[in-house]
Amino acid sequence: MTALSLVGNDRLSRRPWSLAIIWLVLLAAPYWMPFVGGYTALGTRVLVLGLAAMSLNFLLGFTGVLSFGHAAYFGLGAYGTGLTLKLLAPSTPLSLLLGTLLGGIAGALLGGLIVRRRGVYFAMVTIAFGQVFYYIAFRWNTLTGGDDGLRGFQRQPLHFGLFNWDIAGNADAFYYFVLLVFALATGLMALLLRSPFGRTLLAIRENERRARFLGIPIELHIWCAFVISCFFISLAGGLDALLNNFANPHELHYSQSGDLVIMAVMGGMRTFWGPLLGATLFVVLQDYVSSLTPNWMSFIGLLFVVVVLAFPRGLLGYLQRRRDA
Amino acid sequence: MTQLLLFNVTNGLIIGAFYVLMALGLSLILNLSGIINFAHGGFLALGGYIAYTLTTSVVPHLGIPKSEGFWVALAVAPLLTAALGIVIERFLIRRLYGRDPLYSLLLTFGLAFIFQDVTRFTWGAQGLPVSVPTYLAQPLSLDFFFLTGYRVFMVGTVAVAVALLFVLLRYTRVGIRIRAGTLDLDTVAALGVNVRRLRTINFAAGIYLAGLSGVLAGGQLGLDPTMGDGLLMPSFIAIIVGGVGSLTGTLLGGLLIGVASGVTSVFFPSASEAVIYIMMAAVLLVRPRGLLGEEGLLS
Repeated sequence: MTALSLVGNDRLSRRPWSLAIIWLVLLAAPYWMPFVGGYTALGTRVLVLGLAAMSLNFLLGFTGVLSFGHAAYFGLGAYGTGLTLKLLAPSTPLSLLLGTLLGGIAGALLGGLIVRRRGVYFAMVTIAFGQVFYYIAFRWNTLTGGDDGLRGFQRQPLHFGLFNWDIAGNADAFYYFVLLVFALATGLMALLLRSPFGRTLLAIRENERRARFLGIPIELHIWCAFVISCFFISLAGGLDALLNNFANPHELHYSQSGDLVIMAVMGGMRTFWGPLLGATLFVVLQDYVSSLTPNWMSFIGLLFVVVVLAFPRGLLGYLQRRRDA
Repeated sequence: MTQLLLFNVTNGLIIGAFYVLMALGLSLILNLSGIINFAHGGFLALGGYIAYTLTTSVVPHLGIPKSEGFWVALAVAPLLTAALGIVIERFLIRRLYGRDPLYSLLLTFGLAFIFQDVTRFTWGAQGLPVSVPTYLAQPLSLDFFFLTGYRVFMVGTVAVAVALLFVLLRYTRVGIRIRAGTLDLDTVAALGVNVRRLRTINFAAGIYLAGLSGVLAGGQLGLDPTMGDGLLMPSFIAIIVGGVGSLTGTLLGGLLIGVASGVTSVFFPSASEAVIYIMMAAVLLVRPRGLLGEEGLLS
């Protein structure tokens, strides 16, 4: 492994042409997807879960801290967005903003309790706190609809004075809206990772003790990374609620956190774009396999086992290593 | 009111006993191998289902009266579950020792999916009963109708199993090595102990406890493929509350959260799940290492 890839500045994001290809593929998705048997909503779902997995990877791959409860913040974003649309105001941007704030603030509050733990213990505590929100969404029938999920809200078109952007009725328009949010969010994430703050996170990942001896306040940095990651993932959750016009309590369950982690690991958690690739594979495989067999759970389970034993670096990590060799 | 309270405290103790068995198994594996076994609930369900198959299909052919089949299942099913545990440890989990805990988490997570799907595929999604001998199923007294012989027997079995585990860990050579390995595995290895075999034995012991709780739970609540999942989270919390690294802490944590959720269900039923999380948050705030946890271990 070269020194440069060690600090996470992977080749893919340093080569302008590969970046251009990623964005071109994403921009043209509604046009080429029907030819390979896809549909626009599937593409939107890939973007939403890709953003979620990339947000988780901000913590997992770039800070080196394993959260296994991130589905909770994804779900909080979804419920916050849905409840805003349903109860407060029929405005898509406002609902997305409030949903993101809900998940982010919850992460900021709980993060204080969590950040002193490390490794497996950190994972256990994040799972357990995540389950709190699962039970709230599952039990508080009057507000959240309980097991049936939150219904009765619709994403609203955007108004810009002279013209309307009909993201409510037109699936392609909504895809581009999600792509715009995705681009802003991942751009911000990349900027953060290139800043001195992001470099410090990498230093903590590589050698926490050394970073501590250099006088870096470790807990504060991990808390910041945790909160940033929670904000981004609840934004993804909000987009998910807008996509389905529905919020599902099972999206907060820890098994969903496991899905998000495997997406990041499968794509390559030491790379910036890996989780998007992982999410794409996961969503497409799940969509395909669950249409073939009722035993798709075994299939997903096997996928976990195979990735862990055979491709622990993920696809992008594996490709990079082969090219380096 | 007193009776209702007693009823729920008893219920809490019984549920707490399950949390304890489950959490002790998880805790054994976590302490020595640094692995959170997400598939523990799957092993539990499997133990229960093996007991079901033994009582319905195997025991009648052996000339043992059907009502007594439960005893055979109780003796054999946990052993079979532990044997499966050994196979899985040897071929899958062993490869991940010493690696980032992320990988063992993901592996056991995938195994949990597979277990659930396989049990559903083999025995069906519908609930199945494990029949217990009739003399166990009767209430002990009319005033306390909820105190059936089976419930007393369950708590008794759990108590015996826990006591036996602690005695084994304290006085046998393997037990002492396991406890030493929890503190410093490198030194134990340097002293010539076969650490690989130690970990396998330890893993099997943990899975045995899961299988045992599966059989016991099957007799009380019946079987369904997801039965272990509901017990997994409280067991995590029992470990966190009691303190990672301390088996006594896990025991204490399991009983505490069992009784707490039992009592809460009298006064505020919808919060009986939330209360254990609140307890965990309180413990983490006041004493981050857990009630009896050791400072610095896995933190």
